[in-house]
Amino acid sequence: MWQTVLRRVLLMIPQLILVSILVFMLAQLMPGDPFYGNLNPNSDLATIERMRHAAGLDLPWYEQYIKWVGNVLHGDLGTSYVVNKGWAVTRIIGQRIWPTLSMGIIAAILTYFLAITQALLAARNENKLIDRALMVWNTMTSAVPSIVFYFIMMVLFVYIIPIFPISGTGIDDSQNFTTNFFGNLSYAFLPALTIALFSTNSIFQYLRSNLLDQQAQDYVRTARAKGVQIKDVFRKHILRNAFLPIASGIGYSITGVLGGAIFAETIFGYPGLGALFVQALSGRDYTVITALMLLQGFLALMGGLLSDIISAWVDPRIRVK
Amino acid sequence: MKEKLLDAKDVSVAFKIAGEYQTALHKVNLSINRGEVLALVGESGSGKSTFAMSVMGLHNPEQTQVTGSIKLNDNELIGLTERQFDKYRGVSVGMIFQDPLSSLNPLMKIGDQIAEAITVHDKQSKEVKNRVQQLLLDVGIVDAKRVSQQYPHELSGGMRQRVMIAIALANEPDLIIADEPTTALDATIQAQILDLIKEIQLKKNAGILLITHDLGVVAEMADSVNVMYAGQIVEQASVEELFNNPKHPYTRSLLRADPSDVNPGEDLYAIPGTVPALNDMDHSKDLFLQRVPWLNDEVVNAPVSEELQKVNAQHYVRGNVWKTFEFEEPVNNEEQV
Repeated sequence: MWQTVLRRVLLMIPQLILVSILVFMLAQLMPGDPFYGNLNPNSDLATIERMRHAAGLDLPWYEQYIKWVGNVLHGDLGTSYVVNKGWAVTRIIGQRIWPTLSMGIIAAILTYFLAITQALLAARNENKLIDRALMVWNTMTSAVPSIVFYFIMMVLFVYIIPIFPISGTGIDDSQNFTTNFFGNLSYAFLPALTIALFSTNSIFQYLRSNLLDQQAQDYVRTARAKGVQIKDVFRKHILRNAFLPIASGIGYSITGVLGGAIFAETIFGYPGLGALFVQALSGRDYTVITALMLLQGFLALMGGLLSDIISAWVDPRIRVK
Repeated sequence: MKEKLLDAKDVSVAFKIAGEYQTALHKVNLSINRGEVLALVGESGSGKSTFAMSVMGLHNPEQTQVTGSIKLNDNELIGLTERQFDKYRGVSVGMIFQDPLSSLNPLMKIGDQIAEAITVHDKQSKEVKNRVQQLLLDVGIVDAKRVSQQYPHELSGGMRQRVMIAIALANEPDLIIADEPTTALDATIQAQILDLIKEIQLKKNAGILLITHDLGVVAEMADSVNVMYAGQIVEQASVEELFNNPKHPYTRSLLRADPSDVNPGEDLYAIPGTVPALNDMDHSKDLFLQRVPWLNDEVVNAPVSEELQKVNAQHYVRGNVWKTFEFEEPVNNEEQV
């Protein structure tokens, strides 16, 4: 098992190199650069050229890439040109990762909690009113475009049940996320709940139909014939079997927590990695963009690996000897 | 004096299909004595498993109507609540199913699956581990310690069926229901599993309800046989009597269609047609006669008494057609005479 994991991790190195080249190229292919548009209207072209030269941006992309790789290997992801001018990219990400992480974890817990309880409730009451109501509700949340959904949630929580702060976080650049941990968590709750409500649908639908499917399996009849009560059969036998196909996606959910949520963060003005990415993109902040996309690539690869480990852990049939 | 273990009287089962109840089992009467193996034979759809599920109380109560009386050790089972049934399943009656792979939870260790059968009825039970090991030894698994740590997919088909038998035996039930216990197994393993069931039955003096469509299994295992067709029992006899002196046209057709009795080169007899659909069953007639093309309508549609007709003390048959029934063409055996 651990050998397989090690082999997979080693395989990730060439994959990451490939990702980094692509990411670097794509960033450079975008029209514009960090300096155009961010200077005052009176600057002349010569000033901009001087700044490009000083930053090394006038070199061909592969020379820039080699220089960049050298720095990355020394733990230096460069400095931001635009978003937090002059800050090391590692420092920006280090600051933004906490809001994203806390929101992501709350969102993931809420998503799975809501999906599992709803699916159990629906499957135990197949075709009854509660099942139908849950089906309608989940179809609705997934059919409404997420942006519209965010705004509905904002209206709901501003005017009708104003218990959570609706925008931003309680921290500014000088503060650490942990100084007012629970206060900051309260800012994370609303975007997290919104993400959870509309991402519950796919897991709910999947789990519900798996539960119904598993309910008709022979091993359920065996358990009933032993004298196990139906609710215990659900808990001990059916749920775990129904969860198998979903387990293969959990790894991505876990790493996805760090990825940030672009829409949610932007709309709720929540300063996580997703919002940072949007800011960096519109400012052509190359160093931040490449660092974030590289992080995404790494998370995607890790998600796959984690998913496989989790699947093997729940399902003895796919364990590697 | 034989001790009556299971006594089923006028058991009828109806399934709700598209809003209407359709009778799948019509007034079945049978009884099993302690230490007796009773075989229930018939083709697919004849109601064998429906009867077994009624004894286990495993029908979906919202879509099934079970009427009549099923008594096990003089305790009435029909009308028990789910909770009452949970306490009796696995304790008084154990069940062995057809496909041992799908009948075991793929994600649970063998030992845990057997232990569950014990702990569900006896939460304080100590030495569960030892009892599991002993059960595995009882069903002929020598390497009990290792096997109890394995998962179902790591075992062979025969081993899995042994595990299923261990689960059924966990609380030493009085009655064991074996629903096609060897159908999913290959021939050599079939013989081993049948031997094992027979051995256990002798040792524990349990009654066995054996459901099968394999007449070879019936001949080897059973003391008495009930032949079912379209939700009714059409013939009831001791095993010798049934094989030597079959009466009902359905039993005779089944025996004639047994491939092991056909000489190479001869055509195998096939019963024409299929079991009628649930909504197409008129249980006041002898439903099998529809599938005998050479009988005239008057015979086919004649009403049949609900009581089985007595042939002798160990032999009862449904209807009167058996008195005159002949196959249209001479049976192969007669040809050779």
